[in-house]
Amino acid sequence: MTEKPKVGVYVCHCGINISATVDVETVADYALKLPNVEVARTYSYMCSDPGQVLIKNDIKEHGLNRVIVASCSPRMHEPTFRKAIQEAGLNPYYLEMANIREQCSWVHEDMEEATAKSKKLVAAAVAKVRLLEALESKEVDAEPAALVIGAGIAGIQAALDIADAGFKVFLVEKTPSVGGRMAQLDKTFPTLDCSACILTPKMVDCASHPNIELLSYSEVEEIGGYIGNFDVKVRKKARYVDFDKCTGCGDCAAECRVKDRFPSEFDQGMGKRSAIYLPFPQAVPAKYTIDPESCLYLTKGKCGKNPKCQEVCKAEAINFDQEDEIVEFKVGAVIVATGFDPFDASRKPEYGYADYPNVITGMEMERLVSASGPTGGKVTVFNGEEEIEPKEIAFIKCVGSRDASVGNEYCSRVCCMYVAKQAHLIRDKIPDANIRVYYIDVRAFGKGFEEFYDRVRRENVRYIRGNPSEIFKRGNKLVVKVEDTLTATPLEDEVDLVVLGVGLEPRADMREIMDLLRLSQSPDKFFLEAHPKLRPVDTATEGVFLAGCCQGPKDIPDTVAQAKGAASSAMIPLARGKVMISAQVAEVNEATCRGCGFCVNICPYTAVELVTINRFGHEVEVARVNEALCKGCGSCSAGCLSDSIQPKSFRDYQILPQIAALGVLK
Amino acid sequence: MSANYEPNIVAFLCNWCSYAGADLAGTSRVHYPANIQVIRVMCSGRVNPLYVMNALQQGADGVLISGCHPGDCHYMEGNFYARRRMGMLKDLMEFVGVDPKRFHMSWVSASEGHKWKEVVEKTVEDAREAGPFEGFRRRQIDW
Repeated sequence: MTEKPKVGVYVCHCGINISATVDVETVADYALKLPNVEVARTYSYMCSDPGQVLIKNDIKEHGLNRVIVASCSPRMHEPTFRKAIQEAGLNPYYLEMANIREQCSWVHEDMEEATAKSKKLVAAAVAKVRLLEALESKEVDAEPAALVIGAGIAGIQAALDIADAGFKVFLVEKTPSVGGRMAQLDKTFPTLDCSACILTPKMVDCASHPNIELLSYSEVEEIGGYIGNFDVKVRKKARYVDFDKCTGCGDCAAECRVKDRFPSEFDQGMGKRSAIYLPFPQAVPAKYTIDPESCLYLTKGKCGKNPKCQEVCKAEAINFDQEDEIVEFKVGAVIVATGFDPFDASRKPEYGYADYPNVITGMEMERLVSASGPTGGKVTVFNGEEEIEPKEIAFIKCVGSRDASVGNEYCSRVCCMYVAKQAHLIRDKIPDANIRVYYIDVRAFGKGFEEFYDRVRRENVRYIRGNPSEIFKRGNKLVVKVEDTLTATPLEDEVDLVVLGVGLEPRADMREIMDLLRLSQSPDKFFLEAHPKLRPVDTATEGVFLAGCCQGPKDIPDTVAQAKGAASSAMIPLARGKVMISAQVAEVNEATCRGCGFCVNICPYTAVELVTINRFGHEVEVARVNEALCKGCGSCSAGCLSDSIQPKSFRDYQILPQIAALGVLK
Repeated sequence: MSANYEPNIVAFLCNWCSYAGADLAGTSRVHYPANIQVIRVMCSGRVNPLYVMNALQQGADGVLISGCHPGDCHYMEGNFYARRRMGMLKDLMEFVGVDPKRFHMSWVSASEGHKWKEVVEKTVEDAREAGPFEGFRRRQIDW
């Protein structure tokens, strides 16, 4: 630091976002009196092109070597202004931002107070910026491969896009087959495309694509490293079936001693499966899996004389000695596409989902109307006495959505339309059925949605505005107790079947992925994106992207669009082949380090190690930082006994003057 | 204590959770007292306990440290270090006679704009009750 700091302070009006509450001219005048400040200006939009030009010209004309922008959060525009001053020939790390919008003008009402606070924030920024150091970002190679977690439609689409662009993709799916929730659906709204018909070709593609390594029935165990260089460990769970030998003929399932005894996950528990099973006929890969929790041999150690499946399998694929396998690989980017859980309707006990067999959820209805479902597409229900074809059918919307009593204030975005679609499908199958839909609002916002909703109403489906309070049994009928709020009429509606339009919830097991990748949740508990408007597929963790319903409820077109967005974002580091790693890492002053090793123990990334150096003829141990591993958190520094290890840009001598400026200036 | 005494609070916020949460409070136009000034650090684990003492010595009446929720740290375990260090510091401060109301630690996630407002209000209110802090002023030494 030989040259004298020459600071330029730029106070942004941000239209009136800042200037309505903060007297920006006063702040600039005040800044001009602070030590080392050469120039202080205000401008309506500092981030705009003329605003940036203003800064660049001043750097050249006044020979500025430090810049302060007092505007929005550094989380918003720090990269913008770093780039701007770099273009004017300054080191990009000679920038400090004073956050006078998000943390001042937007949260305070009194102009005097907000202006005084802005002055202090600018003074603290000046105190720090004078002591900032020039840093060089380093480039490291990026592994030209991606990891996609979850193989529903989002994961499949993202994997296909990345693989088609020529990069290797590891597609990890927890269940035995790819396809996810979309595979369970019968038709898709509003076009009534057969869900399986449009999905299965993609499922087959992703299994046969030369660039995709499909790891089904597998779970990600560990992810280390950073953007460009993630180290991934995946557990391939034992299927007890030799993957290469199994031909998918199904003889084993047909002969299983506990054949068709267990609720099929794919059929929402309405159909049955054997202990050895294929989740559904079009499953990819078409390989059988033995469920270790239901197989007689694996639970009791005995299955007749010999396990039947083993006897009948001509390919000799059954292998009870198979063990979980750990696969390790490296990728440059990660896409999280873990999907959602349907709302558990038993959490609304007033609707009797747990008590009455003829109260079912939308997902169960989906399987009931599906030609590949447990009834072959025939809509029948058990009303407690007998199996009947329902004639009086009620749908209830917003079950588990827009409902603070269950903690879900959000709209699930798909229920309005899937209810309309199911009403249409039932009208097709049972033309004389009396169908009504109880709703709070109808949200038919997407392309072709309103038209479809209109069509369904014309098909004699009655929409009744009211949120049912209770469902109870009367004889062999169900009674829906509700008030028609448009006519203020209390109703007791007797029906044969109630379909609950359940909403979408974050997956119960999302915590595992959060911990693996350091992701956050938004207030609705879905994964939090980096910016709700401008970075909707990014996360706070660089190189990790979101696709599909794990980020929030969405329909299939939106999911596919987001998956394509995540794929293209993930391909940026892969295509460049290089990634910038942060220059804000820790550094050791080897002259004062006493080699105690506290920092080595503190560092969560094993980025610090002790090395032996020669200090004036003596062999001594000192700490040394591996810059590729260090993420610059600074935990080591706060634990250092001699203040020898310091994160760059957040050194003691850079933070203490900030504290002094904020403290002294009352 | 004068009636119009306004406490001066210095806050250390981690970049990933609490600073983002405070930004969200701004974006959501949640209003809170202007007594608080934020210093951004990458992780609450960066905050040296001496910063707290230094802030009080330099003229702050209260100090707030806020990080990610335990278990949610962007750097895996930085907030655990912060929690231990600050727990110890708090005991020490009580021991030397500093009102513990001057010192707060909280967990505010990136989506908790409203919680940030509550934390600030509580911190300011407590510091107001504790009154202006004169404890660590440097003594004037006449030679």
